[in-house]
Amino acid sequence: MNKKTAKGPLIPYLFWILLFVIAPIALIVYYSVLDLNGDFTLANYVKFFTPVYLKMTLSSFWYAFLITVFTLLFAYPTAYLLTKTKNKQLWLMLIIIPSWINLLLKTYAFIGIFGLSGPINAMIKVFGFDPKQILFTDFSFVFVSVYIFIPFMIIPIFNSLDKMNPSLVFAARDLGASSWTTFRRVIFPLTIDGVKSGIQVTFIPALSLFMITRLIAGNQVITLGTAIEQQFLVSQNWGMGSTIAVFLILFMILTMLVTKQKSKGGRA
Amino acid sequence: MKKLSAASKAYLVLIFVILYAPIFYLIFYSFNSGGNMNNFESFTLEHYKAVFADSRLIVILINTVIVALLSGLIATVIGTLGAIGIVSIKDKKMRNTLLSLNNVLIVSPDVVIGASFLILFTMVGVKLGFASVLVSHVAFSVPIVVLMVLPKLLEMNTSLLDAARDLGATKRDVLTRVILPYIAPGIFAGFFMALTYSLDDFAVTFFVTGNGFSTLSVEIYSMARAGISLTVNAISGLVFAVTLIIVIGYYFISKRTKSNAAEGQR
Repeated sequence: MNKKTAKGPLIPYLFWILLFVIAPIALIVYYSVLDLNGDFTLANYVKFFTPVYLKMTLSSFWYAFLITVFTLLFAYPTAYLLTKTKNKQLWLMLIIIPSWINLLLKTYAFIGIFGLSGPINAMIKVFGFDPKQILFTDFSFVFVSVYIFIPFMIIPIFNSLDKMNPSLVFAARDLGASSWTTFRRVIFPLTIDGVKSGIQVTFIPALSLFMITRLIAGNQVITLGTAIEQQFLVSQNWGMGSTIAVFLILFMILTMLVTKQKSKGGRA
Repeated sequence: MKKLSAASKAYLVLIFVILYAPIFYLIFYSFNSGGNMNNFESFTLEHYKAVFADSRLIVILINTVIVALLSGLIATVIGTLGAIGIVSIKDKKMRNTLLSLNNVLIVSPDVVIGASFLILFTMVGVKLGFASVLVSHVAFSVPIVVLMVLPKLLEMNTSLLDAARDLGATKRDVLTRVILPYIAPGIFAGFFMALTYSLDDFAVTFFVTGNGFSTLSVEIYSMARAGISLTVNAISGLVFAVTLIIVIGYYFISKRTKSNAAEGQR
């Protein structure tokens, strides 16, 4: 803004960065090379590459992938149709409101809904089938996670659809493109940045979910997040927990790189 | 504009129903005199009374609100100053580095933030409880405030500042009478977001909360793990009502500031 502006306002902010951004990452890396007695070791890293942990990492990725795909599959059409409504800002607001209700409460609701004598099973019984155990399965885990993430996927896609110049769509149609071709060649590429942000806010948290796994999936599903929580708060093995956290951070950076957006000059 | 087809409308309705069904399901059974979420016996307010009679729960509610308000306030101050500082940096590399560091906590998984803060507090010797929860909520709210304030600062016309200085304004005057009023909507939005993040946070709080201190999220988690309790339903009814009031209030305030801004441009 101006060369004469003092650096004074930055001091508390820099202090915050040092203490709560740099120090925590450094501490996680430091603890990842400590054993239970606090001595230096690389054993945690060796352990991470044993089949037990590799399998867990793989399944964590698989679930995060499923959750992201289903969230995108349901969110994209919703965002698209929302942009076509009258009062679209109001409808968007209505989509956002549920995301402001405490996450734990929404998850808790599904304990009742999916329960053996809950409404879903009541419906199954009406159709003459036996009640099924829905709770504590991977289906319920994926469903609840998708439910939680949908608003966060809709918002960025809605924004990029909203910013899109509609004359491009008209032009494509005038030139004879079918609806599907228009979507595939014009609309989707133009909104890819929104999709990427949506994937970022879904995939990374989905890798690290731990309370939904505990409440909804029983102990059927173990994600990297569950493992970290387990190591830190139950086993009290901070070293191993930190090692898993280091890998989670690496996966996060990888996800960010893959979904990196081409900066179009805008913000510095 | 083309009208939506019936199928499109049905799809949207379905999404809305799915989004709201669990919430209304909870609220509906909060009035159930039976002890479960399956068959509705008769209407009762006993679960709401139970919430207000449970002094422990009330203390937790108050804790949650205090932490949210305080952390939101502190984070807003630090974040706003930080944003003002960032835009004043000339060196582009330095600025980008700061912005990247700013985003680390936003994109980091909650579990990693929680675990690393737990290590930090233990090493520094902060007792787990109110202080550690408050500090971590401030910590993860600061970058959100920065991101809300920054665009306002960037869109500000620098000639406004030059004009103020030419007219003899001191640095302090420029800050309090030119910059702050201009970026006020951003600051307000930042505070509001920080508030919601704090109220909603579970994972980070879960790691840094001690035995004697709890927030609503953590409490609901332990109640839900113990099984269904209609007290939780009553809490959700209250939370939904409060959320709606806040959202409606926010909607009107943002509408008003928007129309004010539109008028100001004319």
